[in-house]
Amino acid sequence: MAFLSTLFSQVINGLQSGSIYALVALGYSMVYGIIMLLNFAHGDIIMVGAYVVWMSTANFGFHPIVSILLAVVVSTTLGVVIEKVAYAPLRSSPRLSLLITAIGISFLLENGFQLIFGAGAKVVPDFLTGPSVHLGSATISFSAIVTIVVTVLMMAGLTFLVQKTKLGKAMRAVSEDMGAAQLMGINLNTTISFTFAMGSALAGVASVLYLSSYGQASPTMGSMLGLKAFVAAVLGGIGSLPGAMLGGFVIGMAEALVSAAGLSVWKDGVVFAILIIVLLVKPTGLMGKPMTEKV
Amino acid sequence: MKKFVSVALAATMALSLVACGGSASSAASSAANSTASSAASTASGEGGTIKVGVLANTSGDYAIYGNAVKNGVMLYINEINGKGGINGKQIEVFDYDDKGDPTEAVTAFNRLVDDGVTAVIGSVLTGATIAVADESYAIGMPQITASATAAGVTVLDPEDPESEVRTNVFRSCFIDPFQGEKMAEYASQELGAKTAAVIFETGNDYSEGLKNAFVDKCKELGIEVVSEEAYTKGDVDFKAQMTTITSKNPDVVFCPNYYQDDGNIVKQARAAGYTGTFMGGDGWGGVAGYASAEELEGSVYCSGYAAGTDDVKTFETAYKDAYGEDVPNMFAPLGYDAAMLMCNALSAADDQGLETGSDDYKAAVIDAMKSTDGLKGVTGTYKFDQYNNPIKSAAIMKLEGGKEVFSEMF
Amino acid sequence: MKTNRKTIPMPMRYLINTVLIVLFILASTLFVNSDAVSGYFTKILMVIGINIILAVSLNIATGYLGQLPLGHAGFMAVGAYTGGIFLKAVDAAKATGGTYYLYVAAALVLSGIVAGIFGILIGVPALRLKGDYLAIITLGFGEIIRVVLTNIDSVLGFDLTYGASGLKRIPKITTFFNVLLCVVLSCVVIHMVMKSRHGRAILSIRENEIAAESCGIRTTYYKVMAFTMSAFFAGVAGCLYAGYLGSLQPSSFGFMKSIEILVMVVLGGMGSMLGSILSATVLTALPEALRAFSDYRMVVYSLVLVLMMIFKPTGLLGQYDFSLSRILEKLMNPKKSAGKKEGASHE
Repeated sequence: MAFLSTLFSQVINGLQSGSIYALVALGYSMVYGIIMLLNFAHGDIIMVGAYVVWMSTANFGFHPIVSILLAVVVSTTLGVVIEKVAYAPLRSSPRLSLLITAIGISFLLENGFQLIFGAGAKVVPDFLTGPSVHLGSATISFSAIVTIVVTVLMMAGLTFLVQKTKLGKAMRAVSEDMGAAQLMGINLNTTISFTFAMGSALAGVASVLYLSSYGQASPTMGSMLGLKAFVAAVLGGIGSLPGAMLGGFVIGMAEALVSAAGLSVWKDGVVFAILIIVLLVKPTGLMGKPMTEKV
Repeated sequence: MKKFVSVALAATMALSLVACGGSASSAASSAANSTASSAASTASGEGGTIKVGVLANTSGDYAIYGNAVKNGVMLYINEINGKGGINGKQIEVFDYDDKGDPTEAVTAFNRLVDDGVTAVIGSVLTGATIAVADESYAIGMPQITASATAAGVTVLDPEDPESEVRTNVFRSCFIDPFQGEKMAEYASQELGAKTAAVIFETGNDYSEGLKNAFVDKCKELGIEVVSEEAYTKGDVDFKAQMTTITSKNPDVVFCPNYYQDDGNIVKQARAAGYTGTFMGGDGWGGVAGYASAEELEGSVYCSGYAAGTDDVKTFETAYKDAYGEDVPNMFAPLGYDAAMLMCNALSAADDQGLETGSDDYKAAVIDAMKSTDGLKGVTGTYKFDQYNNPIKSAAIMKLEGGKEVFSEMF
Repeated sequence: MKTNRKTIPMPMRYLINTVLIVLFILASTLFVNSDAVSGYFTKILMVIGINIILAVSLNIATGYLGQLPLGHAGFMAVGAYTGGIFLKAVDAAKATGGTYYLYVAAALVLSGIVAGIFGILIGVPALRLKGDYLAIITLGFGEIIRVVLTNIDSVLGFDLTYGASGLKRIPKITTFFNVLLCVVLSCVVIHMVMKSRHGRAILSIRENEIAAESCGIRTTYYKVMAFTMSAFFAGVAGCLYAGYLGSLQPSSFGFMKSIEILVMVVLGGMGSMLGSILSATVLTALPEALRAFSDYRMVVYSLVLVLMMIFKPTGLLGQYDFSLSRILEKLMNPKKSAGKKEGASHE
């Protein structure tokens, strides 16, 4: 019984961190699907979102709801601005140049924030508080419940947006074939900006959930989180939205269960080993579309 | 044919000259810059200067520790310069960022050598410090680190008790094994613990060093270590580990990490339902802001720096006046003490009337440092053992009502 | 095509190049060892040299083969640890004379070979994938190498890599001369391979893999070969790094190190060896030159990176490569003399 309740807690732990990975992975996956860019700066957008929450709650004492909205709005704007300023001019350049630009933006955000706010972590006071739930001897914290519920809602919303709305259709069309979509009268710039806006808004939400679980914002918090989420996106099949969600949960669960087994030093190794095995067996990821190569 | 060969050769040589020349001129400009900046703070220089190098990682992942050390060091040096320096000689500081990277630290150290410094304070992270210590030992440059706690900083081979000591390298902080053993003894004697768990950062030698010493000592004292959990740098999610630890319900949990992680660990452990006592090393200093008062209540850690006691009030006020913020962590006072130890040794050497920057002068600084006895700093009273590690007693700090309170000397 | 264009006959070209290279090595070693160059600059030159080897070796896989490996630091780590453990085991610091040089040479070669073996082990599965997937799988392998180096001792039960606290007291065998010699040898070997039949096969895979395959080129063989060669030189650079620093920590070989090397290659222009050499030099020297700006230097560095890519996306030199013979021939045919004075290196 004790074992079962521990296992249950560990699964919840995995779901909670997996949710955050999944939200971030969605951003990676959408951007990759549309302009084939591994957007390394995506993790740092979460960092910016977290600093916005910190600024508005700890410094200005805004209501949590206001802070949350502010974080989402700032992240979204930042994502769109980065696309316009740094990525749009490079649309016809070699893809590697685009990648290096993304890395450069990531460095810039990290070092810039460190310069402005200092290297130390900023503590965000608990702003999402509520009762935790006890199931037998296992405890589920309020933040875990919020994180998982919000993530599921966001995913449902996103799926609806991509499948049912006109902009969503445009997004899918562009990712299918950019040239053809343009010929059919789809405005490329709007669609790409919209994609970045969506991805970054999700990152904004992720930053809020991140803070509710871990309570600290630091300039380099985005890099490892981003890398793991990126692995999650690839694992699930990059470009595929359900894949990104699945990938996020798989990574979160794997980390939790490996740690639970007392092998936490090998955690990163296991995550990457899963990635390698999946890629070798199914090279486009768990739910990716099979690639056909044109001659 | 010969003409082309010679043209090409000349061009090749020219380029290599340009490469070197280019960096030379940039060096000159930056040296000028740092001279200018230190000249601003040391306006009343007369009778020459003593050049001291400061290495700290003021950018990169662990910059918060580097910045604190640098602030502490600069605080003391500015104080002493304000009082007229050493024998009328102002201390001229050359400070470089090493990003915590050993490669950068070695180049920065050689830059300092070029700048003609007499002594070096730094570096901050262990890897960088050891790389620098290798270089400084080879040329007999006095060096003191405020924060590198691994045993291998001052001795060549920590595994071997007969090992060669880097006679020129000193430190103002505890070494790893000392703290781990102290806390194991404290757990056994004062807390009556029978079972313990540890959670440490794998890949971080401070954390692993403390953990190993703690676990070994526990075995000796008959405390059963029920769980050894680890995490990696940059992790913020400790729920899985804490759930495991909670399920084994040990009397104490030892977490020998830095305060940001420790705060998070305690928070998540309480969320997972753990109710026992947390213990830590001096990395805990400053933890109070990182978890709530209830979560931290009753936790203990050992520290050289008894924050809040009268001894350190003066330091804290001075720090706040100088930088407009509270002392962020133990690294600032340790940096202050490192600078104090170094300046003390410099002044002893200077009294002998040797030429600043000469090898004899450096040797005299090292001798003076070695014979330091009873110098009172912010973090304790200093005397060095045969391995150039400070002998000072540990203060036990307790978390009470969200404050870090001095409990006892142990 | 001009029919009366003067050219240098083949043996003559080799002779000129060999003589120039030897002169270059001798002259710069003498220059650096003279008192004119301080220890600080020598150290920077050594780091530049190590970075040049890393950049030109990655350039094989990125520029010539057209793949994007993100785990180059992993190969460097393998080389560094192999070299470090070997040098410690034979106690090279105590050896004298010929034995000493034998140990140094053996360490360098051994590091390269072990890293090369890892190149094959990782390359065979990884190169089945293409593009970004290859990037990610190599990233995964690179990270696994780092995690293994950190934790292997607890599995083995004895001290091999000394885990997190790092491998210490490695004999410091790296001198300016060593580095220079390795840089020159790496560049020459890579250059010669790329000008050979094998090199052309590798380039054809970059241009169009399917077309190359249908022309009868064994694409898998050549991909693994290029990848292994890339790993070999990264291993040599790693060994030099170990001998330069004297201590190693697994955390130095993380994902960011791979990115750092990749940035050098892309900024210099993929497929241009001269570009890799120049940008490795500039990017190593830049943060040093920016020391005066201390706090701002990393921000400036990243800004330079972004702006550079926006305004010159193909990198500094694109695919241009330096050829002494070509310049000499231009000079010999004065009509076409463009007057370019590229006096950089030594191919």
